[in-house]
Amino acid sequence: MTTTYVDAIRQGISEEMERDPNVFLLGEDIGVYGGAFKVTQGLLERFGERRVVDTPISESAIVGAAIGASFMGLRPVAEIQFADFISCGFDQIVNFAAKCRYRWNAPAPIVVRAPCGGGIHGGPFHSQQNEAWFAHTPGLKVVLPATARDAKGLIKSAIRDNDPVIFFEHKALYRRIKEEVPEDDYSVPIGKANIFREGKHITVVTYSAMVHVAAEAAEILDKDGISVEIVDLRTLTPLDEETILASVRKTSKALVLHEANLTGGFGGEITARITEKAFEDLDGPVLRLAAPDVPVPFSTPLEEAYLPNTQKLLEKLRWLAAY
Amino acid sequence: MAAVKLELIRPSSGTERATVADQAGAETDPLADLARQSLYYMAMMREVEDRIERKLYRQGKVVGGVYVGRGQEAIPVGSGLAVRPDDMLFPSHRDMALFLIRGVSARQIFAQYMGRVDGLTNGRDGNMHMGDLSKRLVAIISAMAASIPVAAGAAMGMKYQGKDTVTVVYFGDGATSRGDWHEGINLASVQKAPLVLICNNNQYAYSTPLSKQMACANVADRAPGYGIPSEVVDGNDVLAIHEASRRAIAHARAGHGPFLIECKTFRMTGHSAHDPADYVPKHLFAEWSAQCPIARLEKKIIERGWASVEEVASIRARVVRESDEAVEAAEKSPYPDASTLLDNLYEK
Ligand SMILES: Cc1ncc(C[n+]2csc(CCOP(=O)(O)OP(=O)(O)O)c2C)c(N)n1
Repeated sequence: MTTTYVDAIRQGISEEMERDPNVFLLGEDIGVYGGAFKVTQGLLERFGERRVVDTPISESAIVGAAIGASFMGLRPVAEIQFADFISCGFDQIVNFAAKCRYRWNAPAPIVVRAPCGGGIHGGPFHSQQNEAWFAHTPGLKVVLPATARDAKGLIKSAIRDNDPVIFFEHKALYRRIKEEVPEDDYSVPIGKANIFREGKHITVVTYSAMVHVAAEAAEILDKDGISVEIVDLRTLTPLDEETILASVRKTSKALVLHEANLTGGFGGEITARITEKAFEDLDGPVLRLAAPDVPVPFSTPLEEAYLPNTQKLLEKLRWLAAY
Repeated sequence: MAAVKLELIRPSSGTERATVADQAGAETDPLADLARQSLYYMAMMREVEDRIERKLYRQGKVVGGVYVGRGQEAIPVGSGLAVRPDDMLFPSHRDMALFLIRGVSARQIFAQYMGRVDGLTNGRDGNMHMGDLSKRLVAIISAMAASIPVAAGAAMGMKYQGKDTVTVVYFGDGATSRGDWHEGINLASVQKAPLVLICNNNQYAYSTPLSKQMACANVADRAPGYGIPSEVVDGNDVLAIHEASRRAIAHARAGHGPFLIECKTFRMTGHSAHDPADYVPKHLFAEWSAQCPIARLEKKIIERGWASVEEVASIRARVVRESDEAVEAAEKSPYPDASTLLDNLYEK
């Protein structure tokens, strides 16, 4: 059945709720309202107030309570209304959840879902792509699906995972992409990248909404005889280094693309790994395309200038192809 | 009844607040001036917000989140007319009138919503996410209650410098669930900082009703936990809010520390322009529309003889005219140039 990204996530969550009575949801406006983006629409009616908990505006308490409930054997899935507000629950995520297992062998199997990303005129506080904060914190798993199929398969894996997972859903994808999503009980493993598109000349390593920007550029370059391979990371931590390196060894050229700001973005990490481990195979510098180092501006011309897009990517890829 | 010159009631420029030059002097009820000014600012806020939400947003000229304070206009107006120009204000996302009172023009506000260079953030941010330190207006960030610790710090700064100014911070009922809210008030209280906290309890936070937000009856009930006084006031009665604000401000200015005012009101709209608010029982809208703060004030103005029916009508006509002009001027404001994207991150 063709399914949107948002419906796919909802399906994944509700299937897990059916399967495991310990799975429950908590967050702001997720029950009666069905969530700011309607990801949890209908789940209150289906599973009741015990399992779909509308909370006060208290991100720290939402994450903290999820951790505590997980100690009781439950499987909490917390929604942060916008990834921009995840910072209000930051300490609970990076200090409590992330360090439990390592310090005292207590797993904290929570999922924190956070709608992220720009391109929706959200301005500085409804557009951020802040996955790097969490990828920098050992003990967390950071997942960012780019397709409906992966979104469903990965949310299911996230809920089943025995460690804390930060699950970034891209807002611009919720209703924009639609594809065949299996109805059976499949899952997509955390920590495994996907070759989104096969190619011969350049590898683009990317994730989340930027996968679709890369795909658009790849189609255009095809006509010029430049064949682009797209590695969709899907998970930043744990990182599937093997798939990245295998692709780069094949193509000998690499560009890393993400929507988050350039400096300290996860692209730097990928670039470093490629140059450390596949230097001999490279036929050119590893390039990066990311947002510039400013907050996400509101006004349309500024936001357009801010976001990486197909045009900017084509320029870089053409330069790299000619290198 | 004394003759009033309504044309003189206008949004001020700079930090000075314009007042009606009341030629009749002593024979006028002192509340008349305040009432007429309040009516102007409330009507202006309503008119500007209606145009943004019901016209410009639907025409696609305003994009992104639009949060309005329909039905809550008495709160920023009553309190905003009670502060001194050198007091510091931290408006919430539903307090547009504070900007008008402090002399931000409707043109600048429209330009802000439309992402134009003449908005207070020059297109960097939208809606009420704006400020101007020269007018002692601090821009909110989206995260609810993040303003409270910052306002506590502004108040501590005033005390540190030996000033007799106060800081007034605004927030909704939902914001009181954030840790920042509690930390900020507690710090201000132990420091006896001159902080006035004004809650617009409009009974919903997005779709979340009060009963899911807190288990006590009033936001004001939280104040004793921090050792500060509080007061509950009719949030649709601008003169009552003005009175309560004056008391709270006097308390803070006298060095007695923070004071919390809870204004009971209702959000006569969805959370934002995209939200039809199906979760709100319809009868609540009907009940509260009978409590419209603007209609209530108009009625009182006429009853008390503070202005004639014609004079009230002329205030209404004036806000329409001023809004027409402001929209037209704002639409002429250009969009920011993409080449300015990287500017102003750090001091040059
Ligand atoms: C920390 C944080 N979490 C979530 C949100 C999303 N959000 C925006 S406004 C809002 C409701 C705010 O309610 P309240 O504080 O009562 O103010 P009101 O909008 O009713 O004036 C929510 C949940 C936010 N802005 N900040």
